[in-house]
Amino acid sequence: MTALTTPARPKRDAGLPPVPWRRMAWVTWRQHRAALAGVAVFLGALAVYLWLTGLQIHHSYAIACHPASSLDCTINFTGRYGITAIVVSMVLQAVPALIGAFAGAPVLARELETGTFRYAWTQGIGRWRWTLGKLVPLAVTVAAAAGAFSALFSWYNQPFLAAGYVMPFSTRVFDLRGVAFVAWTLAAFAIGALAGMLIRRVVPAIAATLAVYAGLAFATTLYLREHYMTPLLTSKLSLPGSAWIVSQWYARGGKFAFPNHGPQIVNALSRYCPGTSNVPAAQCLSRHGYTQWTSYQPGSRFWPFQWIEGGWLLALSVLLIAATVWLVRRRAA
Amino acid sequence: MNMNVIEASGLGKRYGGTWALSECTLAIPAGHVAALVGPNGAGKTTLLNLAVGLAEPTAGGVTVLGGLPPGSPAALDGIAFVAQDMPVYKNLSAADMLHLTRNLNRHFDQPYARARLAELGIPLNRKAGKLSGGQQAQLALTVALARRPRLLVLDEPVAMLDPVARHDFMATVLTAAADDGVSVVLSSHVLAELERVADYLILLSRGRVQVAGEVDDLLASHRLLTGPAAEADRYSERPVVHVRRGEAQAHLLVRAAADDPVPPGWEAHPVGLEELTLAYLREPGAAALPGPGRDRTLPFETGQPSEVTR
Repeated sequence: MTALTTPARPKRDAGLPPVPWRRMAWVTWRQHRAALAGVAVFLGALAVYLWLTGLQIHHSYAIACHPASSLDCTINFTGRYGITAIVVSMVLQAVPALIGAFAGAPVLARELETGTFRYAWTQGIGRWRWTLGKLVPLAVTVAAAAGAFSALFSWYNQPFLAAGYVMPFSTRVFDLRGVAFVAWTLAAFAIGALAGMLIRRVVPAIAATLAVYAGLAFATTLYLREHYMTPLLTSKLSLPGSAWIVSQWYARGGKFAFPNHGPQIVNALSRYCPGTSNVPAAQCLSRHGYTQWTSYQPGSRFWPFQWIEGGWLLALSVLLIAATVWLVRRRAA
Repeated sequence: MNMNVIEASGLGKRYGGTWALSECTLAIPAGHVAALVGPNGAGKTTLLNLAVGLAEPTAGGVTVLGGLPPGSPAALDGIAFVAQDMPVYKNLSAADMLHLTRNLNRHFDQPYARARLAELGIPLNRKAGKLSGGQQAQLALTVALARRPRLLVLDEPVAMLDPVARHDFMATVLTAAADDGVSVVLSSHVLAELERVADYLILLSRGRVQVAGEVDDLLASHRLLTGPAAEADRYSERPVVHVRRGEAQAHLLVRAAADDPVPPGWEAHPVGLEELTLAYLREPGAAALPGPGRDRTLPFETGQPSEVTR
């Protein structure tokens, strides 16, 4: 019988070589190929639809829109395809959330729900390598698929931009194009992975992923995006259509008078410009000493905004995945 | 083989406000099939989770395989763990489970695993979820043994198996222990199985170690005395672990060697492991523990044995 001693000083590990990453790649592929195939089929079906309708749209634009401001263009191009484009862009808003919920959330939640984590986390590879070896390749793969898809969407959307039917900063399409769509998909995946780790059950983790993603996307669109760069300020009355107007107000004698909405401007209009509804309010009020000020983001800032949004979402995704790995490392069973 | 496969000192684990395990100090030497026994909630699973690195201690410390921290690369490398519900990926085939485990470890004995599954008649291309409970357990055990561990940890391995599957499962474990020298630590509350399987016993009760020692030593140092019920209270030659009273006769489990004198009117019988374990389980105050420098003589501490009337 061996005497009992105090296990005070654990020996150092005898420098075992780690299990190679490529073996983990096989594991990840084998266990998640069904989910990846699901993503591929889902995006593939949407892509085929975009491609087929996109061809019609490009054809119709080429025939009808000389110039883009012509009545023919309005009737035969935007009139015919405009509603479809709106519906398509609204449906596509949900794509990153669905990828995050159905490809990201189950990665850890399923292991925890079925108890297989007790197998997975006691293998020789060690749990943080296991976690990293799953999350990083999956995240990169869904991000790459999202990148290809958003390139196709940009092509689909191009005629509507050219016809002035949709603006670059439009909330419908800004995050479906460029790097933003990739970054949103990545963030959704990372949210899903962390939710799965925290909630430990597949279905609630999917629901939580959808809810958190929706909250983040709405908050970004409604409150955050306009602050990426300091808006430009102008007192000109006509701005290019691609500009994103952040706010408008009237000033008199160099001092703020009232915003371009609400009861104050209604009062001012009824006082200074009664019965002149066909004269634009700004013109009428300027004759009475009011200046209309507009703060706006010019259309040329589209790509800086894309990179800012892509950048912080990428940082957030890295942070969430790191938090997930950290939780896996120290989670008590 | 002079090494402890699991060694704990003042080990405690708290979940929320409840201590699942506290003040646990024990050493399980290598080269045994050690049974960890105790009522539900005694902390068996907690102790095993701590030893395989799935949980972190709240208090005290635990090392494995002669001083390694649980969950460290070397510890993960040398320990194979099969959890209570025999986790296998239900949507993977048996062959995929082998590939998976091979890819997650530094070494994996693929020929052994394939030969084992063939022997057991488990088809390689069948999904694990479509195998019977016994076959799933055998699959989980096979991938664990094919890792060629130095220590095999099994949490309630037979609780959910029918008697035949239970027998086959334990036969595999015993073969591995005998042929390959794998140390085994298994938790169980199925006492009937233990006598055949275990040669080392740790009895855990309310998060503390109550009995620990080699089965042969434990059996050799306990006797069951049968005598008149009226005289049961007067017996005091040897420490009494547990009194079981019948109408006319009383049965006393006492700590005594085979050659110890038996008082007149009393009969001495050797005790079985199941009986011994049950007696201690009914007397949470009694203990039989090995101590430093007291290798063959088990020190005795006792609370007052309560009486059980039948």
